[in-house]
Amino acid sequence: MRLAFYACLLMTGLLLGARGADAALTIQITGGTEGAQPIAVVPFGWAGSGKLPTNVGKVIANDLRRSGRFAPLADKDLVGHPHTGDEVNFQSWRVLRVDNLVVGKVQATGPNSYTVQFQLFDVFQGRQIIGYSIPAHGSDLRRVAHHISDLIYHSLTGERGAFNTRIAYVTADRKSKDDTDYELQVADSDGYHPQTILRSSQPIMSPAWSPDGKQLAYVSFEHHRSQIFVQNVASGARRVVASYPGIDGAPAFSPDGKRLAMTLSKDGSPDIYILNLSTGHLRRLTDDPSIDTEAAWMPGGKNLVFTSDRGGGPQIYEISADGGPAKRLTFDGNYNAGASVSPDGGHIAVVHGSGGNYQIAVLDLKTGLLQTVSKGPLDESPSFAPNGSMILYAAEHGNRGVLATVSEDGRAGQRLVAQQGNVSEPAWGPFPAQ
Amino acid sequence: MKRLFGFLSLAVLALSLSACGTMGAKPGHKAAVVDQSTSAQGAGAGGGAGAQASGAGTEGGFQGSPINNPASPLYKKTVYFAFDSSVVNAAGQKLVAAHAKYLAAHPDVHVRLQGYTDERGSPEYNIALGWRRAQSVRQLMVVQGVKPDQISMISYGEEHPAVLGHDESAWRYNRRVLIVYTGQK
Repeated sequence: MRLAFYACLLMTGLLLGARGADAALTIQITGGTEGAQPIAVVPFGWAGSGKLPTNVGKVIANDLRRSGRFAPLADKDLVGHPHTGDEVNFQSWRVLRVDNLVVGKVQATGPNSYTVQFQLFDVFQGRQIIGYSIPAHGSDLRRVAHHISDLIYHSLTGERGAFNTRIAYVTADRKSKDDTDYELQVADSDGYHPQTILRSSQPIMSPAWSPDGKQLAYVSFEHHRSQIFVQNVASGARRVVASYPGIDGAPAFSPDGKRLAMTLSKDGSPDIYILNLSTGHLRRLTDDPSIDTEAAWMPGGKNLVFTSDRGGGPQIYEISADGGPAKRLTFDGNYNAGASVSPDGGHIAVVHGSGGNYQIAVLDLKTGLLQTVSKGPLDESPSFAPNGSMILYAAEHGNRGVLATVSEDGRAGQRLVAQQGNVSEPAWGPFPAQ
Repeated sequence: MKRLFGFLSLAVLALSLSACGTMGAKPGHKAAVVDQSTSAQGAGAGGGAGAQASGAGTEGGFQGSPINNPASPLYKKTVYFAFDSSVVNAAGQKLVAAHAKYLAAHPDVHVRLQGYTDERGSPEYNIALGWRRAQSVRQLMVVQGVKPDQISMISYGEEHPAVLGHDESAWRYNRRVLIVYTGQK
């Protein structure tokens, strides 16, 4: 566990220069936490000079709230501010009917180095569930906080947490009618620590993570045409993998990372192709006069889902990676596109258009039921968290493109708002390497 | 309407000037270096990088040509579409026919058809839809005698909207194919 965590810190350190804190995304809560489990996260204690560089307790509380599974108490409702188990008066917390309590403290151990200690308690049994002491460097305190959120989430739900993960997205800062700055950015799952890995005066689209989280495939129009690049996130080194006449779009890594599905129109209409990344061999998967695009792999890599308008409007279809007939999956509404497959393969999230409203909807592949989880009116680009608990998507709010998250059941929603410009095309990265 | 077209030609002119703008990350960030030699296909859509985002008769060789004459049917260069449709309507057919006639008579003149959509729905589906709109215009041109190699195509999908806004008053101007004259070869 430790080792994996250090590997993860090391990876962060290698990332390209972080933008200033002013560029960070801020969080707005858009949905209720009805049915969520009450939990108390006490602001962490601080033993060091000056100010605690990161409000670790706040980061943890925000993570847990964003999942929709937990309802952290407001600061004003906390009945005490213990920082260690010895200081906890369980009876006073039992009165509040909170199931669990998180306490902790940050200790300076050197210039820019810290130890973060935390304990998670079962309030009713008065018992510690987990407790860890984790060393950290200054700029990694947020990551440590996300890691702690993951440990808490795992202890209480039995599922792996996805807070200590990263997201990719595109920002477009329109300076004038003819001058827009596009940036491909990578940030923590809550939108903090944004880092620009590509900047262009022309559109950047459709970032897609490799399964190991080390590479991003994306579409860039920097040469005034579409091309698909694969870029190493840490080093910035990249290569062109598709540059055919017409569309080069919608890249998607296979679960084994060895192949890249993509949309090309070199042979006429837009169709799905599969590129073997090591041999360069390109294979055509669909051959239909209609639009076929937006391939997403099913877990295991034997099948893919994609958008096609072969039946009239855009709908989601499934096809074997070896080809053959495609099976239609969505029937509800006249517009379903841009599928993201849940990590267990049981659900797909789509853009669902109905009555002029574009919402994110989740299709249960077992029952065939489609449930909308966002409000619209211009939501798009859904992307499942690697644990399947949340969906990240792009929305229009206050005349700007923003990112938002919603719990998979649609209960809890939050917006991640950039300080300037429009944010779109989000892609939630995989779990960090174990 | 006239104002819109005036703006469009200004826009493409400005685009042509800014097209050689910087690429890669900001100073102080590790730049993502492009190795152009890995781009095996080159800039296939007609011309090198930076030279393509121009057109609407602003390039040399077209001064005084009907393409730039507001009284000419060739002055209008935008075909508009209904939502999620790539069917060219009657007005669009008339406009395309005028350009097709000119292009068929001038086989050394080249155009690039740039397809766009409104902002609604999935971005990559919109790229495909913009492409199919360009294909519809191309098909009309080819059946009217334009040689296929006179025409190149690109789709920007919902990127580069002509008009900003989140309702039909903007969307109707963004669902379009722009006919861009790229020069004589």
